[in-house]
Amino acid sequence: MIDVLIFATLNGLVTGLLLFLLASGLTLIFSMMGVLNFAHASFYMLGAYCAFSIGQYTGFWPALILAPVLVGGFGALVERYGLRHVHKSGHVAELVFTFGLAFLIEQAVQSFWGADTKNYQPPALLDFPLFTLFGQDFPAYKAFMLLVSIGIFIGLYWGLTRTRTGMIIQAATSHPQTVANLGHNLPLIHTLVFGAGSALAALAGVLAGPVLTTFPGMAATLGSIVFVIVVIGGLGSLTGALVASLLIGLLQSWAIAVDVGMADLLHWVGVEFPPDHPLKDIWRLSLPQLAPVLPYLLLVLMLIFHPSGLFGKREG
Amino acid sequence: MTRLTRVPGLARAAILHFLFIVAQTGLAQSLAPVRIAIIDPQSGAFAATGETAYLQLQFAADYYYNEHGGILGGRPIEIVALDNKASVADTQQQLRRAISEGIQVVVSGNGSAPASALSQAIERHNRRNPDQRVLFLNYAAVDPALTGADCSFWHFRFDSDSDMKMEVMTQAIAANPDIHRVYIIGQDYSFGTAVAASATAMLAGKRPDIEIVGNELHPIGQVKDFTPYVSKIVASGADAVITGNWGADMVALARSIIDAGLDVPIYTFYGAYDGITATLGEAGKHRIRLVHNDLPNPLTSEEHIAFNRAFKARYPNKDVTQPRIATALKMLVTAMEKTGSTEPFAVATAMEDLRVTNMDGEEVWMRGSDHQAFEDLHVSVQTDEGIVFDADNSGFGLLAELTVPARETVRPSTCQMTRPTQ
Repeated sequence: MIDVLIFATLNGLVTGLLLFLLASGLTLIFSMMGVLNFAHASFYMLGAYCAFSIGQYTGFWPALILAPVLVGGFGALVERYGLRHVHKSGHVAELVFTFGLAFLIEQAVQSFWGADTKNYQPPALLDFPLFTLFGQDFPAYKAFMLLVSIGIFIGLYWGLTRTRTGMIIQAATSHPQTVANLGHNLPLIHTLVFGAGSALAALAGVLAGPVLTTFPGMAATLGSIVFVIVVIGGLGSLTGALVASLLIGLLQSWAIAVDVGMADLLHWVGVEFPPDHPLKDIWRLSLPQLAPVLPYLLLVLMLIFHPSGLFGKREG
Repeated sequence: MTRLTRVPGLARAAILHFLFIVAQTGLAQSLAPVRIAIIDPQSGAFAATGETAYLQLQFAADYYYNEHGGILGGRPIEIVALDNKASVADTQQQLRRAISEGIQVVVSGNGSAPASALSQAIERHNRRNPDQRVLFLNYAAVDPALTGADCSFWHFRFDSDSDMKMEVMTQAIAANPDIHRVYIIGQDYSFGTAVAASATAMLAGKRPDIEIVGNELHPIGQVKDFTPYVSKIVASGADAVITGNWGADMVALARSIIDAGLDVPIYTFYGAYDGITATLGEAGKHRIRLVHNDLPNPLTSEEHIAFNRAFKARYPNKDVTQPRIATALKMLVTAMEKTGSTEPFAVATAMEDLRVTNMDGEEVWMRGSDHQAFEDLHVSVQTDEGIVFDADNSGFGLLAELTVPARETVRPSTCQMTRPTQ
């Protein structure tokens, strides 16, 4: 049991930090522009596919840098020539725009790269088990994912709070008019932030591609969970995104690891059902079966009891 | 949205096909095509599986019939791909569309949930609209209920059901003296449940000493990362894994098992092709096993070899994964030629107890009582030795280790079919 829990924790950390890479970009874009970017997970998918293709010519390491730069550039173009025009028509139009973009990217990926799973492998340098515990390997590549994600968090935090650009970005989130009046190019800041957010999503894709497999459905499986994280963490909060990502990652991992069912719970409080009871399907539910819906349950509860999220500021 | 069902992913194939049809018009100009709809996922998590099936059906129609002047005295076969995104709701919508376009034959297979919905919807539709009937050829949905408790006169299955496959799979497992502890993991729907139940029952019958150390269901197409599940498999001390997973769920599960360094055989129904074999590569060698109807390697039949080569020439990045799709088409065409019509009732009646020879030269029998086809079953292993036709151009492919002849796979029919009178 303890071995399963240890691995569940390790794995929860890897997943959680990967989710953070995605959520950080999304929350940055949201706090700056007020846009919930539905196409965010599509940039994640683009990152994985670009890295796969670039990697065939250059190997993994250059692709790790090139793919996010490429997708970041594409994101900046989307903001500059798409979203900026839609912006005039208000937030609903922006929302619908990103929603449509997500479908377009998915179809484009499928027609360009095909519908089959891509043979995207971790680099040979990291293709060994870092350590073996209770008979299970922990791949070195996953440790690398952990390190990169932590590095990005520290870098982002430092960049936003300690550098001049970061200060301007922060100021632009809370007092856009003042920042513009001081002579800063607000639209350019928006383009840069959107590009950077897309690049972060792409980086997550590059890292996740070899582990979670690269296929056209990869955006859809991760897309909704990222919104859950951003809402639970508090819209616009970087720390919130980190805490919520880890929370969701660990929660899902643990829920699968622990074989507790409704039956055990009821048994514990002294209630027994006959096996042919009409509600037997509910009675037989187990925690691992519920694992994928737990984040959404948390989302609903959070919206009911604390709508601003863990670290969010209530909009004044 | 509904008009956009032929997705861009198929654009190349569609254009090729269009050019082909244009070239054919000299042959079968004045005769209306026999239209067949294939309702399968062409987008989303399971797009790869649906796309491959569509291309194989299209290719079989061209290769066997359209290039030789069509059927029924010169009518070409036209395949229409309708995207159901592996969802039940979309399946029903696409069926209505096929019916409204006057299509009389529907082919589908990816997922027993859509197949079951399709079978029920067609049964109901045909009862209410006797002059607008539809035939359902199922090439891959293997829930035993489709030819058992929920069987329908209009449904014909060309894939062995999961009980027949499990019988053969457990035979292979029972013959392996190194296996003592088995872990079963599958997708949480009718097929996953059926696999788990039959694996448990049949292993108990064949090798009572084998212990089932885990029986897990996970939501279909929702799991991002199988590592937490794999931790449980490792902790259980399992020395073999059985899974009915397919598509993205299959490759992600195998990937996680391999990444965890768990060196046990994985017995699957669908653990190959569409990028799966290439992604698993060397790590899957001698580890991934598959129970299926379609002989992959070694091939002895000239017809099968020629078919594979011609398919590869047209689609270099795809593989012939399901020759039984060609068998299904052959049986349909044989029945149509026999009755001289495409009227579903006549064709269905002619297909009952029909025997045709598949491309391996084997006789395939369509049992009349429940509309289940019987073909040899094989257990194959992923390897790069002795492979002539590989998968995903990876050098790795499937090699048949065990072949069970069709007559030994026959299980008694449990179908109580309500037959239409005319």
